[in-house]
Amino acid sequence: MARAVTTQRKAFNTLLAWGIGLGIFFPILWTILTSFKTEGQAIADPPLFLMFDWTLENYAVVQERSDYMKFLTNSVVIAGGSTLLGILIAIPAAWSMAFVPSKRTKDILLWMLSTKMLPAVGVLYPIYLLFIELGILDTRTGLVVVLMLINLPIIVWMLYTYFREIPSEILEAARMDGASLKSEILYVLTPMAIPGIASTILLNFILAWNEAFWTLNLTAAKAAPLTAFIASYSSPEGLFYAKLSAASTMAIAPILILGWFSQKQLVRGLTFGAVK
Amino acid sequence: MIRKTAIQAAIALSIATSGAAFAETITIATVNNGDMVRMQGYTDTFTAQTGIDVEWVTLEENVLRQRVTTDITTKGGAFDIMTIGMYETPIWGSNGWLVSLDDLSAEYDAADILPAMAGGLSHDGTLFAAPFYGESSMVMYRTDLMEKAGLEMPDAPSWAFIAKAAREMTDRDNDINGICLRGKAGWGEGGAFITAMSNSFGARWFDENWDAQFDTREWSDTLNFYVNMMEDAGPAGYATNGFNENLSLFQQGKCGMWIDATVAASFVTNPNDSTVADKVGFTLAPDNGLGVRSNWLWAWALAIPAGTQKEASAKQFIEWATSKDYIELVAANEGWANVPPGARQSLYANPDYQAVPFAQKTLDSILSADPTNSTVDPSPYVGVQFAAIPEFAGIATEVSQEFSAAYAGQQTVAEALAKAQAITNDAMEAAGYR
Repeated sequence: MARAVTTQRKAFNTLLAWGIGLGIFFPILWTILTSFKTEGQAIADPPLFLMFDWTLENYAVVQERSDYMKFLTNSVVIAGGSTLLGILIAIPAAWSMAFVPSKRTKDILLWMLSTKMLPAVGVLYPIYLLFIELGILDTRTGLVVVLMLINLPIIVWMLYTYFREIPSEILEAARMDGASLKSEILYVLTPMAIPGIASTILLNFILAWNEAFWTLNLTAAKAAPLTAFIASYSSPEGLFYAKLSAASTMAIAPILILGWFSQKQLVRGLTFGAVK
Repeated sequence: MIRKTAIQAAIALSIATSGAAFAETITIATVNNGDMVRMQGYTDTFTAQTGIDVEWVTLEENVLRQRVTTDITTKGGAFDIMTIGMYETPIWGSNGWLVSLDDLSAEYDAADILPAMAGGLSHDGTLFAAPFYGESSMVMYRTDLMEKAGLEMPDAPSWAFIAKAAREMTDRDNDINGICLRGKAGWGEGGAFITAMSNSFGARWFDENWDAQFDTREWSDTLNFYVNMMEDAGPAGYATNGFNENLSLFQQGKCGMWIDATVAASFVTNPNDSTVADKVGFTLAPDNGLGVRSNWLWAWALAIPAGTQKEASAKQFIEWATSKDYIELVAANEGWANVPPGARQSLYANPDYQAVPFAQKTLDSILSADPTNSTVDPSPYVGVQFAAIPEFAGIATEVSQEFSAAYAGQQTVAEALAKAQAITNDAMEAAGYR
């Protein structure tokens, strides 16, 4: 029997949820507000919250100094490409682990995840040298491959978890009806796992979009994405906080909008199988 | 007929080739600071003059350092020009990683480069990077607060005077700190300041046998003097303050004095950003009567990595960007206060530039720093606020973390120095110096 919840309790929970939500969102809100201040207002003490002369000057300066569209295009191609490539590789891998497990499947899954524990800087030089050798330094192709590889364990893990929720009898029935392996994955498994696949795509797109170590270290002028765009406005010798905030706002805007529109899908996918 | 066709083909080929040469694009890695950003704005002028296109990779200083170091040590070839400093240049030059700039044109007038800058950017007499701008450090102070305290700032103050003035100017009720100094961990942040300060106290990083010297009285005096002064007259949380934090405090009128990079002078006197723009005076960094002042020497310079396929175009760009003409170009468009300082002697002979309030003190500060003889007792290294050896950045970052922990009250000065001694000696032993 469900427990009755009092109005006060509801109000308290609502306030608490709003408080936590606003606390988490506050740094982003502050960045957005700072982007509309002058450099002087950005460092004012006490800080100015809403009562300041709003200006678009920082956006104009950033727009004039940097080719935003080039960075944005690179981000979309790199994040999108690495996510799609990862999904293509991970679906068959997760299928085999979920439906045809061997006695080493759990070990392999753990081993895959353990690769995420390696500090990235530890393999910077080998990967850099490989990129030089292969001629893919400062190319989108190179970054698509690297970001796919570093996110692959998470993609496989997420898909494996979703696939495990699908009754294997359904796939067996499809096989009995004469479905090939390809048809089984494409026409039976994938449609049923769409919420999980969609949330995996979204989460990995966000991870790839925000990835800064490899995107800064393996690019120069041609393939640099929005992380490099932000880094170009950070300076330890000079106060450019307002411009940095404008650049940051421009860099996170696309992913914020995407997240806003797909939040239902994202939450549904992330909580898939959480409640039995 | 065949001959005519051959000639036409040759002409077409040569036009195509020259067109390709003109359309060459060079990639430059640089830091995000005012002068460098300004230079990017004038790139079109260079392209119009030479036909060479320029692509910029602008990064935060520490990110840039890691990025260009990775590229040059692996011969990656991602950049045709790199912006590097006085620390990297002699090390990379001695490793054969940089192209010599000794053959720049006569019009460039390399002899006009300030000797301190040229010396710090050379190895064995060969220039490996051309200074775009140079800096030292000096005292920036509030003239009104100094007057209120009944004191007069000397042309060459001592640390004793600075400490006395700092305590006199401090007004906690009105949120005014007598002095703002770097305390932030990092070899280029608080590490640079305390190293330069220690020089004037007679301390040094290493003796002639590369043994660490943090167990000496001079280092103890330096750190204790710094901590006592900052506790009495510094801002709260100074252990995490770097250049930007102190700049912000000074511009808001919350510092009586600030000892930091000479390039800050143009920021604190800019009325658009600084609330105290018309009340700032400048003087030399303090000393302790031992013949060495506490100012540092640094230059952001342009260098060409060995192995680039576009060496000629890269040299053309460096000649343009570090030339007298470039300085004139900036002065004509943005005024003399905004030209890149500290690189050329002729700039300081220019009457228009002499009228800029901080020009002479900047030059005096640069001239008083000697990277080849920066300590009271002899030392085996080159560099004022650093020792130009590859191991220094890593060691000094760790040491400065220990110092910052002492500033924050997490350990005593004696504990920080003991740890610094052990860290440094261990690292130097591992590197084969001892």
